[in-house]
Amino acid sequence: MTVHKGRGFACINYPIGMNLGGDPSQALVHSTPDGKFMVSLSSIDLGQGMKSVTRQIAAETLGVPVSDVYVDTADSDTGPHCMGSFASRGTHRVGNAVIRAATEARKALLEAAAEELEVNASDLDTDGQGNIHVKGAPSRTITVADTAIAAQFKQGRTLSGRGIFLIPPSDVDPDTGEMTPVSCFAHAALVVDLEVDDETGEVTVREINSAYEVGRALNPRLVEQQLIGGAWMGVSHALYETTEPYYPDRSHAPTDFNAYLMPGPGEVVDHNIAVLERPAEDAPFGGKGPGEMCANPVLPAIANAVYNAVGVRCDTLPITPEKVLRRLIANGGARPQGVR
Amino acid sequence: MSSVEFRKDLFNDERDDNLQEIGKPTRRQDILGHVTGRSPYYDDHLFDGLLHMRCVRSPHHHARIRSIDTGMAERMPGVIRVVLARDVPNNLNTLLSLINFGKDEEKLIQDTKVAYIGEPVAAIIAETDRQARDACAAVKVDYEVLNHVLDPEEALSSDAPVVNEIYPNNTFDYHDLYDHQKLRFGDVEKGFAEADHIVEGEYQMSPIEQAPIETCGAIAAPETNDRYVCYTSTQALFFSLGTTAKLLNMASSRLHFIGGTVGGGFGGKVDSIVEPLSVLGAVLTGRPVKFMWDRTEEMQVGAPRGAERWRIKDGVARDGRILARAFTGFFDAGAYTRLSSYAIIKCSAHLPGPYTIPNVASNVFCVFTNRTPATAMRGFGITGVDFAIECHMDKVAETVGLNPIELRILNAYRDGDMKPHRRLAKNTALIECCQVAAQKSGWSIGADATRQSSLLGGGGARAEIPETVTDSAGRIGERRRAPVPTAPGEGAASKGHVRAGTQGIPIVAAAPQDEDMVIDPARTGYRGPSSTPTRIPDAAMTPDHSLQPAAAAAAPPPASRPGPVAPPSSSQYQQAKPPPPAAQMAPEPPAAQPPAVPQQPASQPYKPEKPFSRGVNRPGVSRFLSGSRRR
Repeated sequence: MTVHKGRGFACINYPIGMNLGGDPSQALVHSTPDGKFMVSLSSIDLGQGMKSVTRQIAAETLGVPVSDVYVDTADSDTGPHCMGSFASRGTHRVGNAVIRAATEARKALLEAAAEELEVNASDLDTDGQGNIHVKGAPSRTITVADTAIAAQFKQGRTLSGRGIFLIPPSDVDPDTGEMTPVSCFAHAALVVDLEVDDETGEVTVREINSAYEVGRALNPRLVEQQLIGGAWMGVSHALYETTEPYYPDRSHAPTDFNAYLMPGPGEVVDHNIAVLERPAEDAPFGGKGPGEMCANPVLPAIANAVYNAVGVRCDTLPITPEKVLRRLIANGGARPQGVR
Repeated sequence: MSSVEFRKDLFNDERDDNLQEIGKPTRRQDILGHVTGRSPYYDDHLFDGLLHMRCVRSPHHHARIRSIDTGMAERMPGVIRVVLARDVPNNLNTLLSLINFGKDEEKLIQDTKVAYIGEPVAAIIAETDRQARDACAAVKVDYEVLNHVLDPEEALSSDAPVVNEIYPNNTFDYHDLYDHQKLRFGDVEKGFAEADHIVEGEYQMSPIEQAPIETCGAIAAPETNDRYVCYTSTQALFFSLGTTAKLLNMASSRLHFIGGTVGGGFGGKVDSIVEPLSVLGAVLTGRPVKFMWDRTEEMQVGAPRGAERWRIKDGVARDGRILARAFTGFFDAGAYTRLSSYAIIKCSAHLPGPYTIPNVASNVFCVFTNRTPATAMRGFGITGVDFAIECHMDKVAETVGLNPIELRILNAYRDGDMKPHRRLAKNTALIECCQVAAQKSGWSIGADATRQSSLLGGGGARAEIPETVTDSAGRIGERRRAPVPTAPGEGAASKGHVRAGTQGIPIVAAAPQDEDMVIDPARTGYRGPSSTPTRIPDAAMTPDHSLQPAAAAAAPPPASRPGPVAPPSSSQYQQAKPPPPAAQMAPEPPAAQPPAVPQQPASQPYKPEKPFSRGVNRPGVSRFLSGSRRR
């Protein structure tokens, strides 16, 4: 029995948003009586951090601290329409809608402050700490809270905004496939180091080194969580998971997590990530969705590394010990392809 | 140990990094509830008199329903109502009818023919889940078992059983014209003829479960204002609301959907099955009804990421440039369309992967088979073909004897290149990702590959749309009469040509309706591409045995340009250690301090702040709503 080391590479790009457009999302922003801001959506937070990212986008756009912004979402009576959280559309589509809504609310905020300070709204700026001041004259200032109170209880203004973002549907040419898909692309490349046991056929992934280009990391911790979790899912897809182990035969179908295999905590692979940020023009602050794409390069990189280790091309997923062993036997044993 | 570094040095002149809140590692608004187990999910909403729904499911791959006898089930203890197909007001739908894509073809509850193991033929509503399960077991269904087909290519043959009668050819109809989606760019046959090597491969992935910890489910209840409230695990609130309104033939304004905190989705919670069934239960019984999948249903009845089979044929020049690439793809949709048809369009736009190849063709089929319908999952429409493409790239590298990373950089798409769906590439960064990944892993690549940049060498001849060979093979129904090859261009009687440069009008985002909604460009942090891509006509596509495209050779980057990754020496590569976790992450701002935890001292046992109230009876609120399990 020998354990063979292998190294594999793969790189990918990934389309952001519903491919053919036609997928609007809306947002409403309004001030509470004391100058905190509510963002009303009907988008779903799957755990990916939808609420957190839209909150940061709203705070940045309004020019107020993130602690003064709350996101209320997913009640069809209060939240305006959103197509949903899928197709890497959340950050892009909903984020853009929130920017528009928060921009309109900011305009109302600055106009109300201008009336209090007796200046032009165009001469005002926010400091991001809850204050509004005259550009170049930081002592002429009013808090966002005082502005909101004045606007709603003295001036009779609402500090609110509406936003929608839609890429209209694109046709597809039946003969050439010409179309206008999505809007921007995220990118990734990664190197997998693994070991293959030629007696058991078992593959153990040892290390991943990767580069992911995400436009802009709107929240670096959420990006980190997505990339670590996504690579875990990629390893799981490559080596373990299927509801039909002998596809297209439907036998041996797992019905619970005893038979449906996934890596456990002890099998989480060390993963060194570099995040690149090339902002996309039409994305909110340049940010693309990192969540969906990050599992994709892991699958082929593992298959390529298995070939490098033992000379077995496993073009059928998942790469189970049974498949590796059968191919090893057919090849007359392991044929390592050389150190990379 | 894992580590994360943010390479702020790359593309830094395209960004303003001095934003107030964007780019900060702000703690989630809802994380405290998640980690302390207090965030309310749909199933944490308690209702007095809650009923439970379970489905009677087909044990056969394919069978005609002769009769359904529910007599014994109706008399079982606790059974309130048996639901059959005739109880569904508008019992035919397809998910994407909400965007006018595809024909209505799937029943919420079947009454004539089942097409996969697990297809529902009846539902039982009972006082308890146990009683509903027992009654399901007592429903007698007389089936006439039919031949079935499980392999997508067998399903295309003329003698294959018809899986889905709305699509009698076992394929989704594209554009009322073909039984597959075509992509044609240039002439792949010409590219194969010019190539030094032909590299072919076949790749297959099996179905994969989304595996959320929280299975799909919903609770619906009548409200006192002639509306129905529905707490749901959906990933797409208005998708589920619209689908429910359609199937139940009910004004959408009578539905009040609440969701938003979901125990994992990964694509499997878009299908909107549990919402219409639970609301239908509430309509039929006048009581709150919960329909929640158990783990077996989640894994075998809930739609998985579907299987895909791909064949790739490449024509490759001796130096590693790919001159032509043809794809034949089969998406195994299972018995009904769900979202597979749309994934194929997304996939076709993605081909041939992130590479610039002058001749590309593909035929992708959405095939119906007698298995659980497939649906969305993380990476939908892309994961399977990316597996195929990237395994294939390694085969090409081996064939021409190139370092696999250098092969990718040689063929990588760059700013200004034309993609086969006839739109220009912009904002590309594949080359930089390859360079950084190589650097981090200590896998050395040549100096030429290290010098390349996504900003340079694109455009010019690479931006041009070639004359394109088309064909009309695979018209709807043709394949059922006589075998037709599935690969692009093969066996086509009538060939056509689309003139070079033919391009329609790109779609752009709808403009903001009011100028007050337009953010000041100075506040977006976006600085635009740092240079217009260099465009050198023709030269870029002529054979060039160096890795460097002609354009890059003609216009070397000025020293000030931050585009290509500055490589350390190769000895530094080997010893480069990843930085400590989050070393380069911006420091946590004061605004992101964790909120004070309003908790009781840990030494005391948990006790609710106030006792649960029962029987809330406010106008407009369901009289069954009796508080939340956890606060």
